[in-house]
Amino acid sequence: MLEAVNLGCVRGDRRLFRGLNFAIRPGEFIELRGPNGGGKTSLLRIISGLAPPAEGEVRWRGQNIRKLGEEYASEIAYVAHQNGVKDELSPTENLLIAGGVSGNALSREQARQALAAVGLERQRDLTTRLLSAGQRRRLALARLRESRAKLWILDEVLSSLDDAGTNLARDLISAHLINDGMAIIATHQELGLPAGLISRIDLAT
Amino acid sequence: MTSPPNFSMFRWLVWRDLILAWRRRTDVLATLFFFVIVVSLFPLGIGPEPQLLRTVAPGVVWVAALLASMLSLGRMFGNDYSDGTLEQLLLTPQPAYLIALGKTIGQWLVSEVPLIIIAPLLGVQFGLSERTLAVIALSLLLGTPVLSLIGAIGAALTLGLRAANVLVALLVLPLYVPVLIFGAGAVEASVNGMTPQPFIFLLAATLVLSLVFAPWATAAALRISVE
Repeated sequence: MLEAVNLGCVRGDRRLFRGLNFAIRPGEFIELRGPNGGGKTSLLRIISGLAPPAEGEVRWRGQNIRKLGEEYASEIAYVAHQNGVKDELSPTENLLIAGGVSGNALSREQARQALAAVGLERQRDLTTRLLSAGQRRRLALARLRESRAKLWILDEVLSSLDDAGTNLARDLISAHLINDGMAIIATHQELGLPAGLISRIDLAT
Repeated sequence: MTSPPNFSMFRWLVWRDLILAWRRRTDVLATLFFFVIVVSLFPLGIGPEPQLLRTVAPGVVWVAALLASMLSLGRMFGNDYSDGTLEQLLLTPQPAYLIALGKTIGQWLVSEVPLIIIAPLLGVQFGLSERTLAVIALSLLLGTPVLSLIGAIGAALTLGLRAANVLVALLVLPLYVPVLIFGAGAVEASVNGMTPQPFIFLLAATLVLSLVFAPWATAAALRISVE
């Protein structure tokens, strides 16, 4: 489904990687490793379509994602370093609005269930400003859970999560893969997902 | 996947900005007070000479509106940029053109509509006739969307830069000049007892033109800034 062909990335005058080839099929995930500044985030941004690659192209169902545009956007979900949640809104409102603007409107009940699933049920009507970094991360996971996207692009998704939160993220990702979803995950920690479906890319080499 | 109804996404986008503005209403009130104070300083500074006040009123109201609308440009994409929601918006299955247009409409409703409502009241300080007060409101109604549309381009281009606020002013104020001339011209014509119609038509034409091109430029600028 997703294919990276000969990808290269240049930041400033530094070449981060070149000639990168890989593919993800339904039910598979890629673990992206590499040192700080190795280009993990840059690669994820290229795959999400936010940044253009310096060379090569990313294909989705055989077509260049830069040609697909919005059609591709409805198939991916991206969780970046920043959680992309609004401090002024409550977790419930964050979910409702994130769903609404991406054409995937949720009911209040669905939002409540999603928040319960990530352990934020009691905080659902607080201002997000009052949540801790880990709780915001969980809110981002709730948004991911409701996104209906085929491909999840996750950047250091375990950062600031506690043990329970890490398990929760792992369960979410496993469930997504079992449903024929795909994921590409940049991480420093062991994810502990079932082996066999993983392929690994190490940007240091 | 079926293509989702675009209009509902667009409505959510504008609704989102209205809620956010309500939660941060001090920002909005600050812009409004800035406008009120700047306009009110002139009668105090110039003195109560009715003829002179009537002469300067069109320019004063319009220049103050330009400056007030500049103030809100930094917020337009800045907050969304720093908390990562702008990226998320650009990754929604909605054309970037519509995202730019939706954000612009949100900014106009929140920051400019209050100016249109309060401007005729401020005009009373300058001893303007009722008819002229109506022309002020009408010219602002047609002119301020242009300010928002053009301002959005500048705001998107300077996103994430250090001296963003100063740069926006340098980029955008020269582009505001036609709106200022037509807008102040309409009010001035009315003060002098002439018909403001030609200026109003020119403002409307500017609005149509910028409505077509500005969101497109803003969308391109947003993509570059987010890269």
